[in-house]
Amino acid sequence: MSSGTFAPAPARAPMRAILRSQIRMELVLTARRGEAVVLAMGVPLLVLLGAGLTDVTTVPGDDRLAYVVPGVLALTVMSTAFTGQAITTGYERSYGVLKRLGASPLTRPGLLISKTAAVLSLIVVQLLVLAAVGIAVGWRPEAGQLLPAIGVTVLATAAYSGLALLLASVLKPETTTGAATLIYVLMLAAGGIMFTAPDVAVVLPLAAHAEALRATLSHGAAVPVNDWLSLAAWAVVCVTAAVKKMRWE
Amino acid sequence: MDVIEVSGLRKTYRGHDAVRGIDLNVPRGEVFALLGPNGAGKTTTVEILEGHRRRSGGEARVLGEDPGTAGRVWRARIGVVLQDADDAADLTVTEMVRHVAGFYPDPRPVAEVIDLVGLTEKSKARIRTLSGGQRRRVDVALGIVGRPELLFLDEPTTGFDPAARRQFWDLIRALAAEGTTILLTTHYLEEAEALADRLAVLSGGLIVAEGTPATLGGRGAAGARVSWRHGGVQHTEQVTDPTELIRKLVAEDADLTTLTVTRPTLEDTYLTLIGDHR
Ligand SMILES: Nc1ncnc2c1ncn2[C@@H]1O[C@H](COP(=O)(O)OP(=O)(O)OP(=O)(O)O)[C@@H](O)[C@H]1O
Ligand SMILES: [Mg+2]
Repeated sequence: MSSGTFAPAPARAPMRAILRSQIRMELVLTARRGEAVVLAMGVPLLVLLGAGLTDVTTVPGDDRLAYVVPGVLALTVMSTAFTGQAITTGYERSYGVLKRLGASPLTRPGLLISKTAAVLSLIVVQLLVLAAVGIAVGWRPEAGQLLPAIGVTVLATAAYSGLALLLASVLKPETTTGAATLIYVLMLAAGGIMFTAPDVAVVLPLAAHAEALRATLSHGAAVPVNDWLSLAAWAVVCVTAAVKKMRWE
Repeated sequence: MDVIEVSGLRKTYRGHDAVRGIDLNVPRGEVFALLGPNGAGKTTTVEILEGHRRRSGGEARVLGEDPGTAGRVWRARIGVVLQDADDAADLTVTEMVRHVAGFYPDPRPVAEVIDLVGLTEKSKARIRTLSGGQRRRVDVALGIVGRPELLFLDEPTTGFDPAARRQFWDLIRALAAEGTTILLTTHYLEEAEALADRLAVLSGGLIVAEGTPATLGGRGAAGARVSWRHGGVQHTEQVTDPTELIRKLVAEDADLTTLTVTRPTLEDTYLTLIGDHR
């Protein structure tokens, strides 16, 4: 502060407390949106139980759960990090929420950090619950390749978040909602979650993530190189584009 | 050092000059109103000073810092009510105000702020369920909860009913009495007149007049129009100072029950100013 200002510099509200409070608020807001909860837990559970326990779809191999459960985990990451986040951010931008919070002592980076942290904690809880349900109905995961499984999940989350912010920054909120839902449905159809995907589908982040989780969690094998490449490329491209195009108002 | 110091401020949006070189100084404790027609550049100016938008040229100092680069401690010292915020959150009024209060080192008590904006009865209602004017009051609450030294209000009373507007005026006067510096934009001239110590009229990105509500645009020197009836005839005279004329009328024993003395309202002056610069 320059000399001549006679107002005393106020003590800082500690940034960590501010971030924690904002993260909690993001989670409360998510929990209060009915459609967000359905998207977060309802759809994945339905797919897990429907495709995992019945023969309504054809999946490769004879262990249905080994195929379906990792796919559902990947789907959940997408629905939270991409679809949910795109819709919320689109509305928050148009309502001036991003602008207002970004200009408050929370700051823009603080807001992005809080959103990321909230999405990550939500994903952790969702994955734990879904994995537990999977195990309860007979899925037998391998723990040996847990670290690479977490690695691809972080990459996928980064890619989805970048894509979500990008979409919310360039489209109007209603269009964002429509586009995010459409992409969700298309990926669900083509992404190798409930039934076999074509080989080329690995260029899609959902298919690559699902395949990587199947390899590691269901079969205790390494992540196929193509999946690493696909997810890393998506993460780099989407996050870079989001940083470039991010609009706050 | 003034709280707001602006010189030669310019802003260009893709070839369109929205702000074309304005000078502005607001000393500590002053309530300053920025008037002007739609598109005059009020929001652009205010948002540059809030650190929301980058200026294309000129100098700006707000609380001694460049708003384009000022950091978190500076942000905690200002309060902002945006023109276009319309949060429809699934949070209650109390939750929202308490949450934002937590961003500031020395916030006002949450219940007190909610009471100040007249939302006590709605404090447990979700913001999404509030009416437009009530949501606007939440914005005002969030703008003042951090006890700002400097408060920016961009058309704060849009959508307020008359009683709410009066209540808001009292609030602004109370804040000003506490020493808060306030920069306000409004389209309600009676609001500017009621609140502002000084005001400026912006038109086409330039300040076309600046002064106190009483003197803006030569209003103080504009004189008065005196009208009365006498002997069934309506008389009207335009004078600089009505004292002399009225003394004469009293001496003449004229019927003064119908006497009116009118001066140009702030709105008259404003419309003339804007008309001149169209
Ligand atoms: N983000 C933007 N991009 C391009 N042009 C803009 C942008 N914001 C404002 N403008 C233009 O700049 C000019 C000034 O706009 P501004 O919002 O500052 O006006 P204002 O005085 O606040 O008007 P109002 O009374 O309607 O709120 C207008 O011509 C407007 O179209
Ligand atoms: Mg405006």
